[in-house]
Amino acid sequence: MMQAFRQETGGLIDRARPVAFSFDGRRLQGYQGDTLASALLANGVRLVGRSFKYHRPRGILSAGPEEPNALVELREGAAREPNTRATVAELFDGLSARSQNRFPSLRHDVLSINGALAPIFAAGFYYKTFMWPAAFWERVYEPLIRRAAGLGRASGLPDPDRYGKQTAFADVLVIGAGPAGLSAALAAAGQGGRVVLAEQDSALGGRLLSDRRSIDGRPALAWLAEAEARLRAAGVRILTRTTITGVFDGGTYAGVERVADHLAAPGTLPRQRLWRVVARRAVLATGAIERPIVFGGNDLPGVMLAGAVRSYVNRFAVRPGARAAVFANNDDGAGTIADLVQAGMEVVALVDPRPQTPPALRAVAASHGVPVFEQSTVRQAVGGTALSSIVLGGKADGVRLSCDLLAMSGGWNPAVHLASHHGGRPVWHDALAAFVPGQMPPGMRAAGAAAGHVSTGGALRTGSEAGGGKESAVPSTGPESDAVTPFWQVVNPTGKAFVDFQNDVTSADVALAAREGFTNVEHLKRYTTLGMATDQGKTSNVTGLAMMAALTGRTIAQTGTTVFRPPYTPVAIGAMGGTHRGARYRPTRRTPAHDWAASQGAPFTEAGEWLRATHFPKVGETMQQSIDREVRTVRQAAGFCDVSTLGKIDVQGPHAGAFLDFVYANTISSLAPGRARYALMLREDGFAFDDGTVARLSDTHFVATTTTGNASRVLQHLDFCRQMLKPDLDVCVEPVTDQWAQFALAGPHARSVLEQLVGAGSDVGGRSLPFMAVAQAAVCGVPARIFRISFSGELAYEIAVGASHGAALARALQSAGAAPYGLEALNVLRLEKGHPVAAELNGQTTAADLGLGRMLSRKKDFIGRALSERAALQDADRPALVGLRPRAGGTLQAGAHLVPAGAPARIEHDHGHVTSAAYSATLGCWIGLGLLAGGQRRIGEVFRAVNPLQKMETEVDIVPPVFHDPAGAALHG
Amino acid sequence: MEEFVYAGDATLSRPGSNAELSAWVDYVYFRDNPAGPHSELWYHAAACRQFLKVERDTRTHVISSAELA
Ligand SMILES: [Zn+2]
Repeated sequence: MMQAFRQETGGLIDRARPVAFSFDGRRLQGYQGDTLASALLANGVRLVGRSFKYHRPRGILSAGPEEPNALVELREGAAREPNTRATVAELFDGLSARSQNRFPSLRHDVLSINGALAPIFAAGFYYKTFMWPAAFWERVYEPLIRRAAGLGRASGLPDPDRYGKQTAFADVLVIGAGPAGLSAALAAAGQGGRVVLAEQDSALGGRLLSDRRSIDGRPALAWLAEAEARLRAAGVRILTRTTITGVFDGGTYAGVERVADHLAAPGTLPRQRLWRVVARRAVLATGAIERPIVFGGNDLPGVMLAGAVRSYVNRFAVRPGARAAVFANNDDGAGTIADLVQAGMEVVALVDPRPQTPPALRAVAASHGVPVFEQSTVRQAVGGTALSSIVLGGKADGVRLSCDLLAMSGGWNPAVHLASHHGGRPVWHDALAAFVPGQMPPGMRAAGAAAGHVSTGGALRTGSEAGGGKESAVPSTGPESDAVTPFWQVVNPTGKAFVDFQNDVTSADVALAAREGFTNVEHLKRYTTLGMATDQGKTSNVTGLAMMAALTGRTIAQTGTTVFRPPYTPVAIGAMGGTHRGARYRPTRRTPAHDWAASQGAPFTEAGEWLRATHFPKVGETMQQSIDREVRTVRQAAGFCDVSTLGKIDVQGPHAGAFLDFVYANTISSLAPGRARYALMLREDGFAFDDGTVARLSDTHFVATTTTGNASRVLQHLDFCRQMLKPDLDVCVEPVTDQWAQFALAGPHARSVLEQLVGAGSDVGGRSLPFMAVAQAAVCGVPARIFRISFSGELAYEIAVGASHGAALARALQSAGAAPYGLEALNVLRLEKGHPVAAELNGQTTAADLGLGRMLSRKKDFIGRALSERAALQDADRPALVGLRPRAGGTLQAGAHLVPAGAPARIEHDHGHVTSAAYSATLGCWIGLGLLAGGQRRIGEVFRAVNPLQKMETEVDIVPPVFHDPAGAALHG
Repeated sequence: MEEFVYAGDATLSRPGSNAELSAWVDYVYFRDNPAGPHSELWYHAAACRQFLKVERDTRTHVISSAELA
């Protein structure tokens, strides 16, 4: 029979719109307006999941985001989402949900044997049980525990959904749209400011949707409809399905809007939207979360929070059972009884642990024929996979009552979480028997149940005040009793009594922690894992704290408090990433000739923010064949390579030379106009920072290059030096990387290629443009800079033209007979010449380590000079740059460690490592660079390059780092 | 990339070229870590590239002043 536990009338569901869904493959039906939890209850499904450690049967405890038990996997395939709370998942047509953490099936879970193994899962079990032997931890214990204790499974596939981000500015942000939040928003809207009202539920109203109340003499729902209409008319931005998850600096609030989670398919909508709300003031109207009571078997399906029972009965028109009992330490019991009876359920008992049950409450119970058990408790809930009876304790000790629903209430915990996101600790309030917000984030005020005012009247009044309204404008409400006497746990419960349902922490665990001295709240939490599950202890933290207070004879205030950090509820990483994923993770920079390189069939690789062509394969060539050909072309003819990614910085002004002398380790000011120089920059700590070339175009105009990866760091460093250290120098620093396309043209035929591109009037011969000279000339008819510099060791030029001419220059170079080469060949060429790159300029090497010690000027102050001279950096045993040549045709890998030949590959014999390695087509063998203790002193020795991870090793000869043309004859060609 | 980049303690001053090694070590490595008001430099990286001197309370993150450094 369909929806056997649905009431025939009433509720806020739409009976005209049935919704089909499935749970563990069972096809069921609910209505539009249901949550998955309410629809399951309407179908009599009470067993929803298995618990974390003990695999105990669990049902539905709450009707909100605090739910610790009813966690399910939603949707299928890549969209599958584990650990979703059934209590907040809205039902949609075709929804598919599965229980989790059960094996092989929900009803017959063989791992519930863990209940019998309970002693090893007790508090601190991680620390005590599996200490020895260490190797067993990884291989045996951890997989075993992971299998036995766990939650849902991630899909393991890329998230198929889209996410958005949006920012809103407000004078007032109202968080929560129960009576307090609505009242605050109405008051704030009356002041004329911009108001944003965020509500986590799909509808406004909060408890007004679940409790039968009257406002201004009318049903509260009528007042609610009118309030919503007034807010919309006043232009209040109403965000439903939006949870404010964090409070950040400067009145910034993060929120997650579940835009399409209630739809079968998002269509063109983002699945969720991350809101950034910047608000002058905020009203915390987040309500309160009901406390469970700790007694034996309190986790059985059928034991529910009383407020949740009223939600299911009133809002969702469900009968969560047939025979109910109520166990409460407060006067909400009256409303619970009335609602259950009205819904046609039998109520067998009101169990009240307080010394005195108020006469008014007794009268309500009597009017419905419900027996009241005063000064009594529920010692044990009994049942298999669902509640079948309860056993009382206290005055009515031993009484056994048959029932399938127990509505429990231990009072309410104000939802103060957001109030402590700036570090303010909640404060214990004795009269309210609750933690209320302490020091609030700037601009925030609490109202309603979040501030401890749990009655509807109190919520309306304090909400209006917090929104800036006048008390006279607050509507009237009927009388309500919010009397509560703290009651946390039943002493000597029968069976396991749970404090933290999600992490399976029992009263015995808390007692054990107390006996073993973990009485500090933070220790209690970590030792027992109380409050550390995905629900972050929303239903357990305060109870655990109160129990520890009782165990140690302290008051709750003396015992401590608990603070909360963002996010309030779990946030999908996808929502935080928004559209910034995959190729959109960060901007991609393409060189001006990118499309030309792509048209040549070049593959690209990421180099910092850039995409660079790796090689230019001809038809039928492997990558290695292509690289080898490109290297040989440069050594034997002419090749060209796009080097536009190098950082280019223009430095101009009368003091430009003095400034560059300060930022570079070698002297720059002595450079003649029309000349360039290799330049090395240190950090202030004396280590090498970056290198490049500096060219002097005129007396007052220099252009410097940086490595591709350091361009923005070097720019910030130069800005710092100019503004903060040398403000008196008349110099201007500007990045011009994007303005220029630059190509290296290298090889013995480079000059004849270049001669075809420059006009007849320009002489690029060796006499007028010698090595390290710079010329400004027309290339292909456009203004260009020609630098006679070489990274490859060949006769070479770097030609820079305006960025928009980059592709044309590439085509011209190709037509003039040069062949393109990519990043891989560039790397081989520099390796053959022993030039350090980022792998060697790794932040831990000094100029001396790199064989560049003589570049450091002795005649001037410069960044890094003082600390480069300290004794530790002069140590002759420091790892320094050497060349590595495998013996017997071996290969070499960067990252391999260098161990003396004959010594075992252990850390005490580690003398350094391989920083770069590649196959050299020029030499016909693998070559590498490395950082080796003692550096070039070790030339002639034999080492083993060992890579234990990949089980590779090669014998290498230590050689000078320059493999090809050490005399540099080719440069001057 | 963030628009503003933190750039360290604003109260440091670079030692003169003849300073003792200990002065350099202080300048490069040692930082106060006050719980309270702190003068710090921020770099307007994604815009004008100016360094700003910002007074910020490290406990509350409240910025009481910001001026060109
Ligand atoms: Zn700026």
